[in-house]
Amino acid sequence: MTFQLSVNGRSHAVDVDPSTPLLWVLRDTIGLTGTKFGCGIAQCGACTVFLDGKPLRSCALPVSAVGSQSVITIEGLSGREAEAVQRAWVARDVPQCGYCQSGQVMSAVALLTEVKKPSDRDIDLAMTGNICRCATYVRIRAAIHDAAKSLEG
Amino acid sequence: MLMQPMKSHQTVSRRGVVQGLGGLILAVALPGTAHAQSGAAQVLKGDGGAVAAIAPNAFVRIASDDIVTVLVKHIEFGQGPWTGLATLVAEELDADWSQMRAEHAPANSDLYKNFAFGMQGTGGSTAIANSFEQMRTVGATARAMLLTAAASAWNVPVGELTVDRGTIRHASSKREGRFGQFAEAAAKLPVPAKVPLKDPSAFTLIGRDDGSVKKLDSAAKSNGTAQFTIDIREPDMLTVVVARPPRFGGKVASLDAKEALAQPGVVDVKQISSGVAVYAQGTYQAMQGRSRLKITWDDSAAEKRSSDQLIEEYRALARKPGLVARQHGNVEAALKLADKALEAEYVFPYLAHAPMEPLDGFLRWDGNTAVARFGSQLQTGDHHAIAKVLGLPPERVQVETMLAGGSFGRRAQATMHLAVELAEAAKAIGPNRPMKLVWTREDDIHGGYYRPLFVHRLRGGIRDGRITAWSNTLVGQSFLRGSPFEKMIKDGIDATSVEGSKEIPYQVADFRCDLHTTDVSIPTLWWRSVGHTHTGYAVECFIDELLEATGQDPVSGRLALMDKAPRAAGVLRAVADLAGWKGPGPTNGRARGVAVVESFNTYVAQIAEVSDGGREGPRVHKVWCAVDCGIAVNPDVIRAQMEGGIGYGLGHVLFAEVSLDEGRPVQSNFDGYRSLRIHEMPEVEVRIVQSGEKPTGVGEPGVPPIGPAVANAMARLGLQRPRRLPIVRAVS
Ligand code: FES
Ligand code: FES
Repeated sequence: MTFQLSVNGRSHAVDVDPSTPLLWVLRDTIGLTGTKFGCGIAQCGACTVFLDGKPLRSCALPVSAVGSQSVITIEGLSGREAEAVQRAWVARDVPQCGYCQSGQVMSAVALLTEVKKPSDRDIDLAMTGNICRCATYVRIRAAIHDAAKSLEG
Repeated sequence: MLMQPMKSHQTVSRRGVVQGLGGLILAVALPGTAHAQSGAAQVLKGDGGAVAAIAPNAFVRIASDDIVTVLVKHIEFGQGPWTGLATLVAEELDADWSQMRAEHAPANSDLYKNFAFGMQGTGGSTAIANSFEQMRTVGATARAMLLTAAASAWNVPVGELTVDRGTIRHASSKREGRFGQFAEAAAKLPVPAKVPLKDPSAFTLIGRDDGSVKKLDSAAKSNGTAQFTIDIREPDMLTVVVARPPRFGGKVASLDAKEALAQPGVVDVKQISSGVAVYAQGTYQAMQGRSRLKITWDDSAAEKRSSDQLIEEYRALARKPGLVARQHGNVEAALKLADKALEAEYVFPYLAHAPMEPLDGFLRWDGNTAVARFGSQLQTGDHHAIAKVLGLPPERVQVETMLAGGSFGRRAQATMHLAVELAEAAKAIGPNRPMKLVWTREDDIHGGYYRPLFVHRLRGGIRDGRITAWSNTLVGQSFLRGSPFEKMIKDGIDATSVEGSKEIPYQVADFRCDLHTTDVSIPTLWWRSVGHTHTGYAVECFIDELLEATGQDPVSGRLALMDKAPRAAGVLRAVADLAGWKGPGPTNGRARGVAVVESFNTYVAQIAEVSDGGREGPRVHKVWCAVDCGIAVNPDVIRAQMEGGIGYGLGHVLFAEVSLDEGRPVQSNFDGYRSLRIHEMPEVEVRIVQSGEKPTGVGEPGVPPIGPAVANAMARLGLQRPRRLPIVRAVS
């Protein structure tokens, strides 16, 4: 079946089985491989993308459910929050293996878009769906606080 | 991983300067002369060891645009060797950090061998230790050649030149230039026979901790552009998933692939030695195809015991003396003479490594040559394994190392099973079908190669308030047995089973450590910090228990027994100072537990502050950590590895277990195989102990102390030290 998807502001016609998770359409069909596969069952957050601006696990969303909603992946991330988060990530040298970090960055950007000055508790709630097997959590937390600070004023 | 670092005696035996790609590139090749030193290497090099020399055979390239690229022979999967090795080169080259880059070296066991293994590979936290002199020599050699080229271009004595942050200067003539402008001329010069290395007091980049030596791979890993194996896409590439037997040792009895083959996008189905391979146009189609296979499995030779059954068998064995790994004095006599004898048993489950990126690999084979690209951790072994399956001489097989999403030991396979599966999948469908083999998370958790299940029985004797006897019987599988590394088993003892138990940092007059190696056909493997994953817990819990029984403080009581372990005592003192240690408490519902473990010649002590979270298990609020890893090359990478090691260790000690139900793994994904999450991560404070000793690794040593530190704190909260891991199972 053919679906018309809006991904990172561009329209893509994809011919795939309706049950195909958005993750695999992004990675295998469209070729946007920044979004990662970690579990396939909405447990790890490696596949986090924005659907109409809200963070979502793309491994658990069949392409048929996307409809006209806009999809933003790590490749299409932009704006003040995104820049602040990515700058803070590099400044803190957050990534180790790096494999989970696309998902971490997406969730962090979503948090800062929603909550300007997140508390530790806000960070726990927003980021608990993102597993980092390298356990870079100390730096993720610090970098989110840094990014929030850099966005002040 | 295992494999004790061996001495890296390297001299510059062959040098080469090659003109490389895209213009003016200086490449200095400095192979070491260390020969195969381990049994593993002998076995793996058994078929002649002829490995293709792949240009540009180099450790560093300096291009006309001043970019200095270090070719890193160790795989980067988060522990920082790209940054570390580049730091070593940049230090001696006097480069500016901003001009440094890193990439993986190709597979070439002569040029890029790990001196600790005698072949190319990463593990045992050896990267910095083994490259410390080699990569500095590379930097110093390149520097000398650039200076010679500059001196002759300017017609001045080379001795009058200075280099600072990538700029070569001749003060009296006020001339200066960058590396790039002399690279071409330098490439034509003879390579100096001997170059002096800096005295450590002159280091400017090694040990620098002002935030200016940033990791080289952070940006690409923060914006989605870093390329992992799973990201490889090539025209006409097939994606392959394999249905493997539900029990280890099972075989395909019958296969009906009709329905699978009828699935859209499924291209073919083939039987290979590990199971049934499904080839499809995309990952989802391959997984869908696999779910439609009808396979009956022949389990006649499969392992059918459950974890509980194995544990009972192991516990019974632990009551009998095993093969002695080390003993002094007479432990049985001392136990009889003791005023008080304590006994404890600890049970450690099978653990999956569960790297964030499950196993995967890419292979292109045209019948005559092959290129494999994946997160190869033992390149030499993988290279030969692929060549063997495809029936090609190794020089016609190229292995390119990719960034990998974690490993924790999983990608260093004694059996090279991933490389074999990849090559078999290619061979089964025939040449000219480039393919990417992908494991799902379920494949990963069900896939074996676990940290082996272990049971420890400890007995200790106390007499006149002193610890006089220590007996530790271990029961578990050896992953070296039956592998190409089997020669590393000495007198029946697999050193990786007993490391950390065989030698303890505490002086006890009568001591014995013995081992029962069991026969279970569950594939097992080294797992981040190897034997120390269980011995660290058993030893550090038990010493704490004995100290508690003698009314001694966990810190000063340990120190009193550590006369012969000065560096371990050093980190213990440092961590006590860092944490402002005033005893274990509890204070305001929080207790503090201590542990100190040496692994891979790195010393780490941790103090964990813990409260009782009831059914949720212990709540770990803060961890103080002191580490002595010799000269600290990249302090921030060391801190990151301590933080990560603590999180990785804590998550497993609290939650993780692969249990077997009649041989079948019960857990299959992160829902059952629970991982530490951000709200469970403690605050971490790290102190790096100043040291002039040669640098040692940090990828693994942060892991072992956290479990016992938490358990020891739990004991002070009036909970028991958990005897069976994971803790949350013990608490609930
Ligand atoms: S891959 Fe989607 S949550 Fe793990
Ligand atoms: S950085 Fe490796 S999993 Fe997060």
